Amino acid sequence: MDNVQLIDDNGKRNDGRGPEDLRPIKIEAGVLNNADGSAYIEWGKNKIIVGVYGPREMHQKHLQKPDRAIVQVNYSMASFSVDERKRPGQGRRELEISKILSEALERSIISNKYPRTSIDVFIEVLEANAGTRCAGLTAASVAMADAGIPMTGLIASCASGKVDGQVVLDLDKLEDNTGDADLPVGYIPLTDEVVLLQMDGHLTPQEFDKAFGLAKNACVEIHQLQRDALTKKYSQDPDEDNGEDQAGEEVVSE
Amino acid sequence: MKDIVPDLRVEQIKRLASSGKRLDGRGLEQFRDIEIQKNVLGSAEGSARIKLGKTDIIVGIKVGMGQPYSNKPDHGMLATSVELKPIAHHSFDQNTTKPMSIEISRVVDRGIRESGMIDLKSLCLESGKKCWMVNLDIMVLDFDGNLIDASTIGSLIALSGTNVPASNFGMGKDFSLPIGDMPVSTTFVKIGEHILIDPTGVEEAVADARLTITTDASGNLRAMQKGLSGALYYEDVTKAIEHSIKTGKDIREIIQRRD
Repeated sequence: MDNVQLIDDNGKRNDGRGPEDLRPIKIEAGVLNNADGSAYIEWGKNKIIVGVYGPREMHQKHLQKPDRAIVQVNYSMASFSVDERKRPGQGRRELEISKILSEALERSIISNKYPRTSIDVFIEVLEANAGTRCAGLTAASVAMADAGIPMTGLIASCASGKVDGQVVLDLDKLEDNTGDADLPVGYIPLTDEVVLLQMDGHLTPQEFDKAFGLAKNACVEIHQLQRDALTKKYSQDPDEDNGEDQAGEEVVSE
Repeated sequence: MKDIVPDLRVEQIKRLASSGKRLDGRGLEQFRDIEIQKNVLGSAEGSARIKLGKTDIIVGIKVGMGQPYSNKPDHGMLATSVELKPIAHHSFDQNTTKPMSIEISRVVDRGIRESGMIDLKSLCLESGKKCWMVNLDIMVLDFDGNLIDASTIGSLIALSGTNVPASNFGMGKDFSLPIGDMPVSTTFVKIGEHILIDPTGVEEAVADARLTITTDASGNLRAMQKGLSGALYYEDVTKAIEHSIKTGKDIREIIQRRD
């Protein structure tokens, strides 16, 4: 696999993208009934659904914070989300991702409004094709806004990296498996804060600057898609949006 | 945490039922609308997204290779699992929902297995040594009752579109999973003296007893399961069987229409 050419002579990548192109991204806010907030994201071949519950009572009392809410992310990959069936249950990778995403999201909320509570975020990866933590974080931030949780800003997230010695944006699975470096970034455009940063592989400081710049610019672009998704949901005519629900409610109240 | 709202609703549900009505406007013998999306995931060999009213599930099928069970050396394998994750309802957590998810997966599995819908014998490659293994995984995304029927319908649709990736294993050409007669389950709850088909979450929460009946295309019974701590009378069961055969036929048509 090491000899696979990931960028052709015209500078095109295996899926036809240029080095600085994102995969197609589609975000939808408010896709579940029971969750307090929810979002669905399709990012290339990644498909992820996120549900948020809370702020709600924190059952494990010893984890309560007397002055603020805490965010508990549960990032999980469905058994059928990958080529070889994944055994159900959280492995070390999922626990690590859950932890760093919790910390990233915690920074974006105004947590002292809800002392002793928990905001539970469930990120279910239905189909995975590299970049699920970034796509999951992007969708989770939309789901939190959909839940009405006060925030300093939406987190947009995207990875950049290096394949065939060249810095590129948003690696897909083939590039992630065989590339030279991967740099996931989570960024709040409104406050200019970096809330997620990881890297593996090999980058020179100059390459890092370029890769980070690419990811950050992409986050600004993704931030607009997040806003659009929320605007779309909340500017919808409620009659069209929930016609059936309302018919149901009328029967209830008779 | 005890959800008190359903308890407050029980009298209203009984009152409505006496005049043949329900909270969501349905009749007692009326199934909710079924919304079906086929092959929704590229990473699975078969998949489906099903909405039964506000219950929303996704089914993914992975086909791999395994060793036949020692008591069935000439059969391929089918493993069914249901995950009731906390995303689906505020009261779900992994510990409390485990018995419920095991019961659902076993009832769904039983209907599919006992009907012989999948020709498991044809999935054996080498007696006692090698066979295809079908993993049927059901994930609940949004809960509003009747997970057994939603899961069964979703499984039937996902299975009937499943491709066995034989070429990935150097075992010749890919082929469609051999599918025969489809078992359809219908679930009822008893609330007071009333029998309601396809219960919502609130109806399940106040129900005295639950009964699932799985029937095949010929109108024969293939699996049954009584749940909850209330009791049923023989007349309740025969009435449910009659409705199950009738509704099963309608559901089978809906499933096959989309093929």
